[in-house]
Amino acid sequence: MSTLLEVSGLTKSFFGVTVLHGVDFVVRPGEALGLVGENGSGKSTSMNILGGVHRPEAGTMRLDGQAYAPQNPKDAISAGIAFIHQELNLFPNLSVEENLFVDAFPRWNGLPFIDRRAIRAQTEAVLHEVDLDIRPSTPVARLSQGERQLVEIAKALSRKARLIIFDEPTTSLTRPEVDRLFGIIAKLKARGIGIIYISHALEDVLAVCDSIAVLRDGHLAGAGPASEMPIGRMISLMVGRSIDTIYPDRQTAPGKQVVLAVEALSQPGVAEKISLEVRAGEIVGLAGLMGSGRSELARMIFGLDRFASGTIRVNGQPLDDPTPEKAIEAGIAFLTEDRRGEGLLMDFTIAENTVIASLDSVAGPLGILDNKRIASVSREMGRSMHLSTDKVEETRVKHLSGGNQQKVVIGKWLRREPTLFILDEPTRGIDVGAKQEVYRIINALTARGSGVLLISSEIEELIGLSDRILTISRGEIVAEFNNRPFDREAIMAAATGQRAWEGASA
Amino acid sequence: MTITPVAETATGATQPPSVLRRLGRLMLSEYFVLVLCVAYVLAIAPFVPEILSWEVASNILSDMMPLLVVAIGQTFVLIIAGIDLSVTAIVSMSAVVGASVMTGTGGYLGDTAFAVPGAVLAMLFTGLVIGAINGFSVIRLNMPSFIVTLATRMFFAGAAVWYVTFHSTSSSIANLPESFAEFATGHLFGIPLTVIAAGLIAVVAHVVLSRTRFGRAVYAVGANPRAARVSGIPVERTILFCFLISGVCASVAATIYVSRMQTGSPIVGENILLDVIGAVVIGGTSLFGGKGKIVWTVFGVLFLLLLDTSMKLLGASLFAIYIIKGGVILLAALVDVARNRWLVGR
Repeated sequence: MSTLLEVSGLTKSFFGVTVLHGVDFVVRPGEALGLVGENGSGKSTSMNILGGVHRPEAGTMRLDGQAYAPQNPKDAISAGIAFIHQELNLFPNLSVEENLFVDAFPRWNGLPFIDRRAIRAQTEAVLHEVDLDIRPSTPVARLSQGERQLVEIAKALSRKARLIIFDEPTTSLTRPEVDRLFGIIAKLKARGIGIIYISHALEDVLAVCDSIAVLRDGHLAGAGPASEMPIGRMISLMVGRSIDTIYPDRQTAPGKQVVLAVEALSQPGVAEKISLEVRAGEIVGLAGLMGSGRSELARMIFGLDRFASGTIRVNGQPLDDPTPEKAIEAGIAFLTEDRRGEGLLMDFTIAENTVIASLDSVAGPLGILDNKRIASVSREMGRSMHLSTDKVEETRVKHLSGGNQQKVVIGKWLRREPTLFILDEPTRGIDVGAKQEVYRIINALTARGSGVLLISSEIEELIGLSDRILTISRGEIVAEFNNRPFDREAIMAAATGQRAWEGASA
Repeated sequence: MTITPVAETATGATQPPSVLRRLGRLMLSEYFVLVLCVAYVLAIAPFVPEILSWEVASNILSDMMPLLVVAIGQTFVLIIAGIDLSVTAIVSMSAVVGASVMTGTGGYLGDTAFAVPGAVLAMLFTGLVIGAINGFSVIRLNMPSFIVTLATRMFFAGAAVWYVTFHSTSSSIANLPESFAEFATGHLFGIPLTVIAAGLIAVVAHVVLSRTRFGRAVYAVGANPRAARVSGIPVERTILFCFLISGVCASVAATIYVSRMQTGSPIVGENILLDVIGAVVIGGTSLFGGKGKIVWTVFGVLFLLLLDTSMKLLGASLFAIYIIKGGVILLAALVDVARNRWLVGR
């Protein structure tokens, strides 16, 4: 059988860190290849290379037997490669037909006017191919997520795509929409179009794909026909590596006192009667896919998002109608997943960021700030966090590395000696060395008696650090794992498994 | 770690021409606008030597005071990435309300001992109320401050004229107490009272912005309201307070105007909006929020008035003055953008 796309020995590194180590895979016409792996395993990098966004350092790609080396995304489009991204690239204010031709409107008799009639005819034809029964003049804003995705596919077809890459296509779809999408994918395959299907929802991958390739840490961990790749095998190939020694040993055991008690927290569409407890000195891991409600839960506890019903108690005291101010007052600290947007004031100095959540402790009468004290507590914070610089009054945090920025965020909260520290993706985008430091700090925190609610996309991290792990899916706590050693495949299955189609994401 | 471009050029061996480097450093300096003021005076002095006279200087100083007070309030609002277009209407409304309280012809407290203090309180209260309307509309109704204050500006500019019709047969409220005029004309230790009042406000505002918790909150909200909220900063209260400060500052300016003109006119503040916002921007306060200083605003107001006065002395027409001022403000906005770009490395 002929091959449509042949990728071999693909290697790429960023800033000296190799993220792809000679990856090979093949896509045949009329077949779907499933590409799975944890975050950071190299899926997006290889797709970016395929799409002409990045150029590989080594390795070759052949499309229909021809050497293929795209220099930019335009090359990829003209070679017949189309991407259907998680976030759709449509203009909601334009109509379906305008979206289809927005980069190349056909002209009317060579004059600089748009040939509306030609557009309409071509749009109707491709919409028919994706079974979408809407008028070409419908504004995209009026379409559902599923319909918009079909418009994207129609757009790919109108550009004569030979290979269509789907990146987490089912994330925001309802089940009937997913079924409809799979029907269309089958039709595309029947037409001889090749598919690359990327998803965390492993059941979907099995349902759609003919062969599957598993990436781990930039290596091809395994590949084969879908029939030889049950979900269990995919998971063990994905997480394969043993837990490294980067997780420090815990010296202290969790205490008895409940520092956080959440009861029946509900918000339509976000949280379904969530109840959980965190004890003093305990690390509770929260595993779940993006959109499962894991971050939303943290934001509700901290008073950033609203909830309809339920109660939150901190140290036994009810926290009613929480706001960040009240939550902080009650002893909660919150490291958000969006470090640049919410965790830090990027244009402010290290010192200014260090005291921003504890201004009361450095202010005298009339709220006058004690600049000497601010400088000294910031330097002290920098030393205990092993910050890369001691110029705390001059250095703006935007000039720090990701790891050092995260240390400033943690340091600013530690100044408040929190009874509960909620950490949402504390090690995202930071290097291994800094990760280890963050783990050390988390451990020290529990030794001091703080409770920790840890949210992470990295199952390894949850397993390495947590005393207990809860899995959340579709706004509900679906499983609880109380004893070490944790069964990572069971945790992953609970987080991605039977409900995978509703909330999978990168 | 990145090194700041300034430090790089200061320490590096191969460097761009030193004139450019100095110019760049000067533009980033705190006192850029003050230097500009001095340079401007020196450059224009050969043509209008009067500008160096004591009389012109003291005129500039006294003209500067009401504008400065309004601009100080505006600085707070601009730092939180808002804008207060209603300041001129606040000046007008406060002026007529205050005049209606103290006028000898049918004033609420006219000819009593409480006429002047009562009027001043009424004026400040007017500023506070309009500031509160602005603030609450922004934080509770989530409306952009541009629209909110554009609306309150139109509303109270109209309301001020309408208000006068209930208290006076002419277009303004006159017959104000003699003692109130002393605010504009009086001196303490040889310094005009208005200068003392405005100076005091400037010093307090400077300390509040640069040295207090509230000031830190103002900058944080302007730089990134989401991050400020997560850090427990009362974002909404901070925004509200900035509009209250702007409102009260505008009404303080109204007391100066009314005292000077000895009449409560509903159009007293009509023409100063451009000057106020222009002066703050010339000073260097960023329209993008998160950046600004009272000292900058002082220099900005000074520069604008130097420009204005010298043009008048040169005999330029009103339109020519508008054209030049507009050009200078545009230039200042451009400099702000350039500074932001150059400061990327800082």
